[in-house]
Amino acid sequence: MPELTTEIEPLSLVIEIGGMPVRVNTTDSRFIEILQERYAGYIGSISQAAEIEFDVELNAPRSADPDADVRVTQQNGKWTLERGDFRAEWEPARRRGWIRQTANPYSIDAVLRIVHTLVLARQGGFLLHSASAIRNGKAFLFAGVSEAGKTTISRLAPPDVTLLTDEISYVRKQNKGYVAFGTPFTGELAKLGENVSAPVSALYLLAKGPENRIEPIAPAEAARSLLANLLFFAEDEELVQAAFHSAFEFVSRVPVSRLTFVPDARVWELIG
Amino acid sequence: MSRLYLARNPRVAARSLDGEMMIMSGRDSTLFTLNKTATILWQSADGATPLDEIVEQRICAEFEVEPAEALQDAETLARELATHEILEVSEQPIVERRASGDSR
Repeated sequence: MPELTTEIEPLSLVIEIGGMPVRVNTTDSRFIEILQERYAGYIGSISQAAEIEFDVELNAPRSADPDADVRVTQQNGKWTLERGDFRAEWEPARRRGWIRQTANPYSIDAVLRIVHTLVLARQGGFLLHSASAIRNGKAFLFAGVSEAGKTTISRLAPPDVTLLTDEISYVRKQNKGYVAFGTPFTGELAKLGENVSAPVSALYLLAKGPENRIEPIAPAEAARSLLANLLFFAEDEELVQAAFHSAFEFVSRVPVSRLTFVPDARVWELIG
Repeated sequence: MSRLYLARNPRVAARSLDGEMMIMSGRDSTLFTLNKTATILWQSADGATPLDEIVEQRICAEFEVEPAEALQDAETLARELATHEILEVSEQPIVERRASGDSR
């Protein structure tokens, strides 16, 4: 008797950002292609062990408000991540979760950013609204709000500079210092960062001005500016406290300065 | 007039850097930078020392200000910090209340 049903083969791929492999399972080959294109350069080996595994269900989330802001809450060891365009759950103890979204790269991108912020917060690291780049084996972060010049300074980088991102930097605490990793999270440059890493040498707070100059800033202002640029979504007192103390730890170990620049390539003469 | 007692909210994160006290709400991640007087209140808010003693010993000793006026300003400031859930303000010593399990 012929079989009336066929089992759909699950498909998966591993997205490795910041050295953390995340496996994504789906039954939709077109969605896999979307992810392969979106995360080119960040696709890990399919056989490698993942730190987190997500099953993606390609259905529109049953949200009352499709434009609802992101909400990240935790209860009994289970995180719930919600926005108008997705809903996800993740249990760190089981290293597993699921995402309900339509077949688009933006929803899973938001989920990955959130999950990375949650993991990093417990480890003393963070995602930061900043461009970052490697020169002479050292990583430099350029933080600022929208229009501060993150994309501009990335665009002006000379050929010997390796861009890690023009929008969201990935900072991991390692030993007594910090390491910046490339990310696929892009800004206006719309160019994925290189998937490499280097020790963080300095954080510059960007400001546009009439000349290029670097000025030291007081530690308190450095901490305040760093906190203002952290990506953090969780409504969780313990993690908020961890992120707060991580910012102070960072400014006690990494030089923070204000980089005022005119938008031309000479600014890079001051970096590295 | 009843005495007031202040206690730090243990659910906020606080750090002092270069004499500047920064506090982040654990509830909504709002960052507060305290001025000098608010920093004194925060540092002195042990739940047991009455506000008038804090004002007399710490604020009047540091700033040239009349005790009555300083106490009034300090109470206003303490209540404002309480609205942001940075401090708890009570007419009873808070250490004793917390020890007895009363969470009012």
